[in-house]
Amino acid sequence: MKFTLSWLKDHLDTTAPLDEIVETLTRIGLEVEGVEDKAKTLAPYTVAHVISAEQHPNADRLRVCMVDTGADKPIQVVCGAPNARTGMKSVFAPPGTYIPGKNITLGVGTIRGVESAGMLCSAAELEISDDHDGIIDLPEDAPVGQAYAAYAGLDDPVIEINLTPNRPDCTSIHGIARDLAAAGLGTLKGDAVPAVQGQGACPVSVTLDFAPGDEKLCPTFALRLVRGVKNGPSPEWMQRRLLTIGLRPINALVDITNYITFDRGRPLHVFDLKKVKGNLTVRRAKDGEEVLALDGRTYTLDSGTVVIADESGVESIAGIMGGEHSGSDEGTTDVLIESALWDPLNIAQTGRKHGIITDARYRFERGVDPAFTLPGLDLATKMVIDLCGGEASEAVVAGQVPDTSRVIEFPWSEVPRLSGLDVKPAESEEILRKLGFRVEGSGERVNVTPPSWRPDIEGKADLVEEVIRIAGVDRIEPQPLPRLEAVVAKPILTLIQKRTRLARRALAVRGLVEAVTWSFISRQEAELFGGGDERLVLANPIAAELSDMRPSLLPGLLKAAQRNADRGFGDVALFEVGQTFASGEPEGQSIKAAAVRRGTARTEGVGRHWDGGAQSVDSFDAKADVLALLAALGIPAGGLQIVPGGPAWFHPGRSGTLQFGPRNMVGAFGEVHPKILKALDLKGPLVAFELNLDALPPPKAKPTKMKPKLSLPEFQPLTRDFAFVVGRDVAAGDIVKAAQGAERQLIVGVDVFDVYEGTGIDPDKKSVAIAVTLQPTEKTLTDVEIDAVSSRIVAEVSKKTGAVLRS
Amino acid sequence: MTDLNQLERDLLSQVEGAGDEAALEAVRVSALGKKGSVSELLKTLGSMTPEERKERGPLINGLRDKVQTAIAAKKETLAEAALEARLSAERIDVTLPVPEASEARGRIHPISQVIEELTAIFADMGFSVAEGPDIETDYLNFTALNFPEGHPAREMHDTFFLAPDEKGERKVLRTHTSPVQVRTMTSQKPPIRVIIPGRTYRHDSDQTHTPMFHQVEGLVIDKSANIAHMKWILEEFCKAFFEVDQVKMRFRPSFFPFTEPSAEVDIQCSRKGGEIRFGEGNDWLEILGCGMVHPNVLRNCGLDPDEYQGFAWGMGIDRIAMLKYGMPDLRPFFEADVRWLNHYGFRPLDIPSLVSGLTA
Repeated sequence: MKFTLSWLKDHLDTTAPLDEIVETLTRIGLEVEGVEDKAKTLAPYTVAHVISAEQHPNADRLRVCMVDTGADKPIQVVCGAPNARTGMKSVFAPPGTYIPGKNITLGVGTIRGVESAGMLCSAAELEISDDHDGIIDLPEDAPVGQAYAAYAGLDDPVIEINLTPNRPDCTSIHGIARDLAAAGLGTLKGDAVPAVQGQGACPVSVTLDFAPGDEKLCPTFALRLVRGVKNGPSPEWMQRRLLTIGLRPINALVDITNYITFDRGRPLHVFDLKKVKGNLTVRRAKDGEEVLALDGRTYTLDSGTVVIADESGVESIAGIMGGEHSGSDEGTTDVLIESALWDPLNIAQTGRKHGIITDARYRFERGVDPAFTLPGLDLATKMVIDLCGGEASEAVVAGQVPDTSRVIEFPWSEVPRLSGLDVKPAESEEILRKLGFRVEGSGERVNVTPPSWRPDIEGKADLVEEVIRIAGVDRIEPQPLPRLEAVVAKPILTLIQKRTRLARRALAVRGLVEAVTWSFISRQEAELFGGGDERLVLANPIAAELSDMRPSLLPGLLKAAQRNADRGFGDVALFEVGQTFASGEPEGQSIKAAAVRRGTARTEGVGRHWDGGAQSVDSFDAKADVLALLAALGIPAGGLQIVPGGPAWFHPGRSGTLQFGPRNMVGAFGEVHPKILKALDLKGPLVAFELNLDALPPPKAKPTKMKPKLSLPEFQPLTRDFAFVVGRDVAAGDIVKAAQGAERQLIVGVDVFDVYEGTGIDPDKKSVAIAVTLQPTEKTLTDVEIDAVSSRIVAEVSKKTGAVLRS
Repeated sequence: MTDLNQLERDLLSQVEGAGDEAALEAVRVSALGKKGSVSELLKTLGSMTPEERKERGPLINGLRDKVQTAIAAKKETLAEAALEARLSAERIDVTLPVPEASEARGRIHPISQVIEELTAIFADMGFSVAEGPDIETDYLNFTALNFPEGHPAREMHDTFFLAPDEKGERKVLRTHTSPVQVRTMTSQKPPIRVIIPGRTYRHDSDQTHTPMFHQVEGLVIDKSANIAHMKWILEEFCKAFFEVDQVKMRFRPSFFPFTEPSAEVDIQCSRKGGEIRFGEGNDWLEILGCGMVHPNVLRNCGLDPDEYQGFAWGMGIDRIAMLKYGMPDLRPFFEADVRWLNHYGFRPLDIPSLVSGLTA
């Protein structure tokens, strides 16, 4: 919403300077977006007389001008404008002036050997129009030395406010003035509009043609004819105001409607009586009906749109834009003025549907003051008669002005209760009255009736807002919020919140870099990673490749890794901890942690190193990551099983699944499947893991924080090595498990320290060497006892895996 | 006597002349071994008369002690020389690089870091952290929060919708974290003090908007919480978060469907050379929206607005991260460019706390 200071002063009797007005507007909730004060920005520019303009001695296209600026002596200026000539009046800028259109600050210069001490300016250089064909050519009577902005009437500051959608009343300058008056900045002027006494009936009748229940689409439609007008350009003062706020003057009749739209927040429309056939009907459009609107575009309508039609068809899109056909022009002599009320919701929907943004729509979708429907018509009639002459008919009014009055029972204590500011009832009452509220009753509780222009006021809280925004939110002193409990704060994070935080740190410590990728991925990616559920498809994705809620963090990370590789950073290690979606229900959302490693981005080091070659990442890097994560989260490794093979997006032979029992799979790791690489256009080596943090077992609840008693064995542990030859398919884990099972009490550790395939071993076999640690608890073991345990280990491993002790 | 003195000189010079441990050992054997010259002399003591022994004994034993001491000293000298020689041969080039530590390579994303900072501050003020799903019902995202039917935010060009389910209900990607306010108020009794960080989505993508972003919401509900408390909470938060002693804030009356009265909050700052500093300067920067929870929202949550009251606020996590740490653009937050992450990310063990300070 834009307006000028002088226009505001039509409605507000004030001596407040511009700065104070601007500050107050923002303070009371009418946030000032910008102030354009040409008097200030154009202050150095003055009207000047070109005494002489002669050919520059060294340049064909330049002229040397002697300029009278009103100072003692003429000033010499070199000018390149084709229209510079002796005797003309133009606009002069002295050295030191900032030229906005050129983004330079003038200095005294020498141009082709001739000194130039200033500049004669074009309108484009002053950024007041696009005209850059030559310097500004002013009439002969322009007073030399006067500030140009004042001379040209450009010195009316323009204020633009960012209006919140709840304040339709401030789509009018009158409404803004009312707020400022309430805030103590002056007195509101010119409230009442005298009624117009029309002569004779309006020759065009209006029918509101709506099905029962639809009447709210147009509660009121008022129309009046003014006969015998003389249309033409509107007066200069009106044109200037309209231009200053960015409106193009059309003709007096149209300009009056635009003027009142801003002045009073009351949009109007004018029809040329000659061009209207028969009577007017207000109705829903028929599907497929067309109208050529005033913006020159043809709109195809449907029954969601309300129109004003005559006997030949649609003349106007209700509340949004008039039609080209029946619009007024210079030849208009009899004009119909419309002042109607429309349904805000319908106007908003229609405007959006057709993509039409107009000043009328802006007001009607917020809610125009119903009580001003007829006064608005009268005001327009008066202005038409004042500016264009003519004689008014009586108004024809279809429908009824709705009574929106309502009473809010308001205890004054509500203000301090919600705001913490002790505004006294007298002050609150004065504020409400100045804003147009009716306050009835006395004492602690009063009855408040909001004015017709404030559809946003529903209840007590709204009244509190009115009082404190005018009284000043800055008067509220901050007050410490008392603690609910004294002393030391209790821990607040939930288990998953703690795990999420810990997971990030644990993975970052391993050299992984945290990424945050989109929650939505492409259909193809979703399907490749176990998703594609119809319930997780966006109806209106922002882009085709961001259509499905992600079932997994991996597609986003894999693609990110590739993007980095494409930029020359192939050795990347990325992780993300974030939400994934299995259904649209809250339970379908789970927090996962996932990481990808590409190239040589291993925890131990990245790239080539003098101490060893560049080692590519493999599945064990991913396995190490996920096990480190589980360890950091304090998940006891006891119940965890690692089963060969993973989900379809992993290499079937180089991946593993993490589970706590066959029904509780919590994650997987491995090399990314070659088919995935191909489908997503990725280059390996790429390994990854993903772990569902929500699926991990919770820690066991314990009554105390006591750790179990530490018992240190008296006797030294000892280690025995065994090398087994087994089939290549036998899992090392099974050998370890078998060895452990041979003597549960004594064996405290089994490590695989060598795996060998090749010379000396059958091609379908491999050698697996394990180190078994024995921890005697009661006495030192004898050789015989150690041998017996060793035999049991060999027997158990052979039995479970078919292994033979390597000789 | 002469021969003992002679022998002593001989042996001591042999000890001194031994070039290595083996030579020294040979000297020791020749003197103190079973058949060694000194040992032989010691053996003669047994066959001496007491007088002779009294005279010769101390001399011979003295010789033995001298030789033993000399050998031990020489042994020490030789060992030191040998170690010296070994050490001078054992050299590595300590300027050779070791692989860069994983702790140096890992990074925490600024959003995660800032969420931890927020949590540390509000935990200290007695708030806990509430969360909710990204996929929300239309009711919780809009209706319960007092958005009227037909509000532009409910349109396809503002909000992401999912395909309608079996019941024809169209879920939305939450456009703000505010539905969690409703989830919290309907699941726990006041007093309530929570912050709600999380991902939010709007159908918007241009230079300064991304379709996904992060918000943090705060909610206080009890029987007396008012705007004065809200101002205090927000000022204390801003001071703590931006790590400055003073901030100047401006509460501008504004409008949100779910609060009444509502305000937008600007924070005073200076901008010099692309750097924003809080607690000084003359510029105002909008940083959050807030207000008293709208009576309709309280009612929708089963709370009587004449009995319960409170306030809520919301701000962009990405935005306050940008303001504090100086990222110029939003879009790179979600592009996973390791160059950006390395630069703006945080080291793995930079854990924000009020004890050691939010930032290192």
